[in-house]
Amino acid sequence: MNEIAQAVGGKILGSKTSKLLWIALIGFTFMAWRFVFGLGPVTGLNDGYPWGIWIAWDVVVGTALACGGYAVAILCYIMNKGKYHPLVRSAIVTSALGYSMAGLSIVIDVGRYWNLWKVVVFPGKWNFNSALLEVALCVMAYVIVLWIELSPAFLEKWKAGSPSALQKFAAKASPVVNKLLLPIIVLGLVLPTMHQSSLGSVMIVAMQKLSPIWHSPLLPLLFLISCIGMGFAIVVFESTLSCALLKRPQETHLLAGLGKAAIAIMTIWLILRFADLIWRDQLATAFNSGWLTFFWLLEMLTIILGILLLLKGRTNPATLFRAAMLLMFGGALYRFNTYLIGFNPGEGWHYFPSVPEFFITVGIIALEILLYIIIIRRLPILVGVHKHRRL
Amino acid sequence: MTLDRRSFLKTIGTTAALTAVGTAASAREHVEAPADAVGMLYDSTLCVGCRACMSACRTANGLEPLKEEGGIYDAPIDNNGHTKTIIRLLDDNGANAWIKNQCMHCIDPACVSVCMIGALKKDDHGIVTYDKDRCIGCRYCQLACPFNVPKFEWDSATPLIVKCEMCNHLVADGKQPACCDICPREAIIFGDYNDLLAEANRRIETEPDRYNPELFGDSEGGGTQVLYLAPKNISHQDLGLPDLDDQSIPELSETIQHGIYKGFVAPVALYAALGAVMIRNRRQGGER
Ligand code: SF4
Ligand code: SF4
Ligand code: SF4
Repeated sequence: MNEIAQAVGGKILGSKTSKLLWIALIGFTFMAWRFVFGLGPVTGLNDGYPWGIWIAWDVVVGTALACGGYAVAILCYIMNKGKYHPLVRSAIVTSALGYSMAGLSIVIDVGRYWNLWKVVVFPGKWNFNSALLEVALCVMAYVIVLWIELSPAFLEKWKAGSPSALQKFAAKASPVVNKLLLPIIVLGLVLPTMHQSSLGSVMIVAMQKLSPIWHSPLLPLLFLISCIGMGFAIVVFESTLSCALLKRPQETHLLAGLGKAAIAIMTIWLILRFADLIWRDQLATAFNSGWLTFFWLLEMLTIILGILLLLKGRTNPATLFRAAMLLMFGGALYRFNTYLIGFNPGEGWHYFPSVPEFFITVGIIALEILLYIIIIRRLPILVGVHKHRRL
Repeated sequence: MTLDRRSFLKTIGTTAALTAVGTAASAREHVEAPADAVGMLYDSTLCVGCRACMSACRTANGLEPLKEEGGIYDAPIDNNGHTKTIIRLLDDNGANAWIKNQCMHCIDPACVSVCMIGALKKDDHGIVTYDKDRCIGCRYCQLACPFNVPKFEWDSATPLIVKCEMCNHLVADGKQPACCDICPREAIIFGDYNDLLAEANRRIETEPDRYNPELFGDSEGGGTQVLYLAPKNISHQDLGLPDLDDQSIPELSETIQHGIYKGFVAPVALYAALGAVMIRNRRQGGER
């Protein structure tokens, strides 16, 4: 794709990265425990709170934070802003990893994981009324699409390697993949549009259980819009961080453009969010619901502050970075509130993640970061110094 | 360097329009009970809390009784992965009233609506049944059920969803559900759904001093095939039943879901539109 993307190089496992490996291993040990003894002894889940942090955080927030590839692809391919191309590949790496980890979390979370294959294999049995079915199918398909989108990076590396079977394969496969790429990229735009909105639809059935501050017929639209905003924010975050850590020059002029896009998106989101509360006559509820109000205000304020920071100083890398973090946090909180904080199945039910549950989530995050580091060290992902060219 | 705000808003606008068109599309229809629907009627004023139904339910469904520490025998505080029905007591200043909790066999069940490949299904009699071979244990049914009925075997490595299936294995043999069969006071009875509706209304009419004039289940949550009569002056909510609209949950959720995905038109249209834009962009931009 991009001729000047380069592998960063360095050891696969340094002293810091092996720490990540240890954290991941602890998580995987707890995972084994879950598979042997069932979900009850390992998690804080119960019949009132059937979904906990593995769904609310790993899947719902995790995939939204993995929308960088989606957001940048909209910019590059649909709005034809070719100058953002240097950001595409690293955004796709985070997306591919984020979605793969979400897939892993689903396998851990569902009780009867050995039946999962039936969801793929029996289209005749699909229940299209189920928003979750739609999420499941799209997420599976999107994981595949993302790895195909990333495959040119692997092929480039293999092609450049010493003559071998792998090199021959890469030389043959490259033109094929390049031809396939256009329909695949379009698919990579449609699938997140579908399942990110469906992630909002999933909670519509929780009519009596989800606080009216979050329950709304607009859930699908609000989820869709915010994931694009979060996608821009994560690209800014990831790119700023990797440039700082790898001591490469910042790509601030590009990132400022993303910041601008995020302003537009998140402003639309805010307007819709408030219009919806007013239209459903729930604005007063939002302001006097005790600790729910606290979480709602936190969600609103971080997003408003993020937008304000972007308006004021998006050409300053530090301000841009802070604003991106605020938007990521605010968008994540919106999802977390919708799936957990605002969810109340009735009196007598409580949920707080157990220690193993928490360690499994942390382990998955550690694995994700570790894989990211390994990939940018070994594959041509990040763009070298200063020369931004189109593909 | 500037971002083209117009085209940006256009992209967002198109997506918003697609979703909005979907939402405004024809509402999902109200569902009626099937022609030969069966049901159960629970009369709280007849129940004496003997809990014979609880042990009969265990025997009929192969569920082990709970043995707790200290020799307390079979006293679960709620339905759970080993318990499909329980009897609760509302102790309201001496006004004792009993309530039997079990699956309501909703006419338009949320659990069936959300189950991905149809592990939960309504059979010809309207009984909501469970097929473990199609269940992936996602627990979306637990989240969706407004009565918190489906329970999960949390302590098993091969867990099942557990809920009352109206003893459909007995009903198929022309028998009664175990709880209805054993009840010495006929506080819970089984029969044709419409007959039970008529019987419940007859009781309310003939004994207005005995019954709460509201029958629970004739319309609540779109209607349930298990009907509840409460004592006079005690509301169904006091007995722990939720306060539901007459519109079922799937009426809203499926209206939205179908609106967006009707005949898969929107995703395909989106694919075509985005593909066209990309091809145009490539030509115009002279990109490879
Ligand atoms: S009560 Fe719950 S589990 Fe039973 S049919 Fe209704 S939605 Fe399904
Ligand atoms: S847990 Fe099983 S029965 Fe319940 S919704 Fe999921 S697949 Fe269906
Ligand atoms: S109908 Fe059968 S499964 Fe349901 S509560 Fe009665 S005995 Fe138990």
